Amino acid sequence: MADTGTWRGKAGLAQMLKGGVIMDVVNAEQAQIAAEAGAVSVMALERVPADIRAMGGGARMADPTKILEIMSAVSIPVMAKCRIGHFVEAQVLEAMGVDYVDESEVLTPADESHHVWKHNFKVPFVCGCRDLGEALRRVAEGAAMIRTKGEAGTGDVFEAVRHKRAVMDAIRRLQNMADDELPTAAKEWGVDMELLIETSNQGRLPVVNFAAGGVASPADAALMMLLRADGVFVGSGIFKSGDPAKRAKAIVQAVTDYNDHKIIAEVSRDLGEPMVGIGVSTLRAEELLAPRGNL
Amino acid sequence: MKVGVLAVQGDFAEHIAVLKRLGVDTAEVRLPRDLEGVEALIMPGGESTTISYLMDLYDLKGPIKEMAGMGVPIWGTCAGMIMMARELTDKEPTPMGLMDILVTRNAFGRQIDSFEADLEIKNLGHEAFRAVFIRAPVIFDVGQGVDVLAHLPDGKPVAVQQRNLLATAFHPELSPDTRLHQYFLNLK
Repeated sequence: MADTGTWRGKAGLAQMLKGGVIMDVVNAEQAQIAAEAGAVSVMALERVPADIRAMGGGARMADPTKILEIMSAVSIPVMAKCRIGHFVEAQVLEAMGVDYVDESEVLTPADESHHVWKHNFKVPFVCGCRDLGEALRRVAEGAAMIRTKGEAGTGDVFEAVRHKRAVMDAIRRLQNMADDELPTAAKEWGVDMELLIETSNQGRLPVVNFAAGGVASPADAALMMLLRADGVFVGSGIFKSGDPAKRAKAIVQAVTDYNDHKIIAEVSRDLGEPMVGIGVSTLRAEELLAPRGNL
Repeated sequence: MKVGVLAVQGDFAEHIAVLKRLGVDTAEVRLPRDLEGVEALIMPGGESTTISYLMDLYDLKGPIKEMAGMGVPIWGTCAGMIMMARELTDKEPTPMGLMDILVTRNAFGRQIDSFEADLEIKNLGHEAFRAVFIRAPVIFDVGQGVDVLAHLPDGKPVAVQQRNLLATAFHPELSPDTRLHQYFLNLK
């Protein structure tokens, strides 16, 4: 018997994306540039996070026409974002045949106290996290892939590093805990004991963990890989730069060869203008996207 | 015995974990020099367009073709199978033409159509093999000398062998069942 929508199939697609770069695109032309540069997947958007930030106001799921245009332009998997807790947007994306749904803090949250119950879907979900507890709460709800949030649309890798380090640090602490300390940690993090033990045994998140939010250069991407990310999302960093095709290729190579500094030096040459970034430390608390959906 | 696993992109770590459980030495292959001393090679799942692009960039296709011709066992799973094909019905990527098979990418639809199924695989006994198909390719035509090891109920071949070369449309590296990995190691 053939079974669709299984956990192994959902988590498995993320496993196939490992060692790769997922790029934000807003039209078919950008999607083709991304695919030709070696992207493993594209995130179909109406606006990249830097523009969402600049425009202000609320941000919702993209127009289906936009997403379908991108889906028909490339043969690689296409992801799209729904608002946190907006299960109808998620159902619409599933019905359209999107390959992965990103329940994302980059859009304006729809629910202050619930995420989408993702086990009910055949389409897999990726969710953001800032620390281990947040990651495992999302996995418990059915997220088949996790991305550390970083701070989207800034081109500043500071938060991406902080969140990835926080996850790895908590896993190391977890592995050193005595059995009688586990229930307290489980309570503190709001996570099931079984999931904590599984994470401790594996020494990593039980699903694929990409880095995101502020990656803008090949060296940024390699840094996240060396902090043990399985791959990277690059949002505004590519198509807000001077030479997107060249930068995209360079980041793809840096993710494959993150340990080879000569290759990273070579691909980092003459990339043109990087995106104009915003230092995270200059943002006001209400301008930060990452704290959204920390349930 | 040292088994190389192509590691430019994809789920190479999953293959390496299975091989380690079977007590085999492994090597990650990113550049042609990594192929030195490799006695068998696995090309894993991943995105075939990305893998093909990086293999071209690092001049990996030539040396691997040569190895295939010299009788070195090579196994492609999913994207790896796409790379081994003689021809694709799709425009991209350009396959390596190691095996006489005609392959179509994403043959079952999009991710929501990905599935698991029980297969009976020739030479592995009667116990069903739980196979995971993820945006999987399918084999449309096989040439002479290609042995079909397993097919779906509708007759589509999903595991094939041609002498030292093995290809599967599914991901044995995602199942706890290690029989296909053991079968591959015995091709040596």
